[in-house]
Amino acid sequence: MDRAAIIGVGTTKIEKSKIGETFADMAWEAVNNALNNAGMTIDDIDNVVTTSSDFWDGRTISCMAVGDASGAAHKNVSCVEGDGTYGAFYGMTRCLSGSYKTTLVTGHSKGSQSVSSLITNSAFDPIYERALGMDMVTACAMQARSYMHRTKTTPEQMAMVSVKNHGNALKNPLAHLPMKITVKDVLESEMIADPLHKLDCSPVSDGCAAVIIAHESAATKFKQKPVWIKGVSFCADSFFFGDRDISRAKSLTKAAKKAYAMAGIHDPKKEIDVAELYDAFTYQELMWLEEMGLADDSMAGKLLEKGDFNIDGRLPINASGGLLSGHPVIAAGLYSMAAVVRQIRGDVGGFQVKKAKTGLVQGLNGLGGQSHCVFILDKDK
Amino acid sequence: MTQNENIIIESGDAIQPFAYSVGMHGSKFFTELRDNRRFMAIKCPKCKKVYMPPRGVCGDCFVEMKDWVEVGPKGIISTFTILRFAFIDPETGAQKPVPYGYGFIKFDGADTLFQHYINVKDETRIRIGARVEPVFSKDRKGSIRDIEYFKVID
Ligand SMILES: [Zn+2]
Repeated sequence: MDRAAIIGVGTTKIEKSKIGETFADMAWEAVNNALNNAGMTIDDIDNVVTTSSDFWDGRTISCMAVGDASGAAHKNVSCVEGDGTYGAFYGMTRCLSGSYKTTLVTGHSKGSQSVSSLITNSAFDPIYERALGMDMVTACAMQARSYMHRTKTTPEQMAMVSVKNHGNALKNPLAHLPMKITVKDVLESEMIADPLHKLDCSPVSDGCAAVIIAHESAATKFKQKPVWIKGVSFCADSFFFGDRDISRAKSLTKAAKKAYAMAGIHDPKKEIDVAELYDAFTYQELMWLEEMGLADDSMAGKLLEKGDFNIDGRLPINASGGLLSGHPVIAAGLYSMAAVVRQIRGDVGGFQVKKAKTGLVQGLNGLGGQSHCVFILDKDK
Repeated sequence: MTQNENIIIESGDAIQPFAYSVGMHGSKFFTELRDNRRFMAIKCPKCKKVYMPPRGVCGDCFVEMKDWVEVGPKGIISTFTILRFAFIDPETGAQKPVPYGYGFIKFDGADTLFQHYINVKDETRIRIGARVEPVFSKDRKGSIRDIEYFKVID
């Protein structure tokens, strides 16, 4: 099979409110950062995939509004509605199709411009569910309780995820919420939806990220040493949250297994060096670790206590600070991807981990993780 | 010193009216709920899973479902949360008084979970596995709010 690699990454700073910028302004900054990073000009880009959500953007065909600033004029441009990793998946398949050598993939959103709970409420079924007012936070609170019940994960262990990730963000100049906090601070923060405290939840942030993906025949022609996509998989579960065992993420387990198999990984616990996971809520980091086989069932909390997932631990998780420290919905997975690419290159700066040959990126979409996308990235082809 | 002024275009009270078809399955579900206070679920002919709420297709098997099954009205709490923070009611745009409870209810006879409110008058009785029953609205209109909430009965 032909191979594809990531050869450029660029992001804006993640912020609470980019009140001075339009969606296109953010795209312009991220796209130019990615082009500069790759040592490319827009003429080197064969096609463009933008990732956005019409509800978050407050307009229909939200993708088209950022086309000009993303260099899509006179090119084939397509849009993905979902996490940025899904846009990257599509961008990669375009490079592998034989039709294009290079794809620019962007993802953007601004949480600051809307009432986020009304946006996520709109994701629920309008016939049976929406009128009850549940949103992402309440749905995930129920998932958290279900996960805690099954695994005996404690509120203290969940709080430690928040302490770790906000602490990691102190070394990431792009993060929205770098903070030195304690477990006590998390447990004493406002209870939003039992069992989730305010500091168990990610903020909703503004930001745009861009990555450039190339077919192997073009991957070494530019400035950066390519970071190879060794494995990738994308899986979805039932739409109705209540159809699933919500203490589990069946689709993530499947996606991870397929991605490992494609990358030739037999023991992910040993072979993955660094990972950025979708920690929209503290418990999710632990749950996703277990569901991907990076921790044994019900053990992630205990391994976290031992320091396994710290920047200097056995398997650093969300060394960037993760989404708890800044969550531009939609763009999120591309930020994670950019962080892992730069870890593997060794140029990520203050939150660089010791060993980063093989990295994992997880993106998700839908209530409580209805679908998941897992990328395995590697220094070697 | 120059002062920054934020010029922002707001959507204001603009709304996007939309009429959702509830389909044959929703029609049966809401009519039975409104008129007979019965909960109708639907069973997959292949994997035998009983789906609540009812819909046309079993996603796992990719087959059409036609076998109606009455479930509940009692069930258990599968998971829950208690809201301590004022959320906006999407029906009215007003903030809901806190605290209030949400839960996933597993009706007796159903295999999937049904989302609704849980009465939090006595919080200590709310736990995973607690038995619940619905309290119906007096004035039922054929909507999900024909159930006021579920209350713990054990
Ligand atoms: Zn079936």
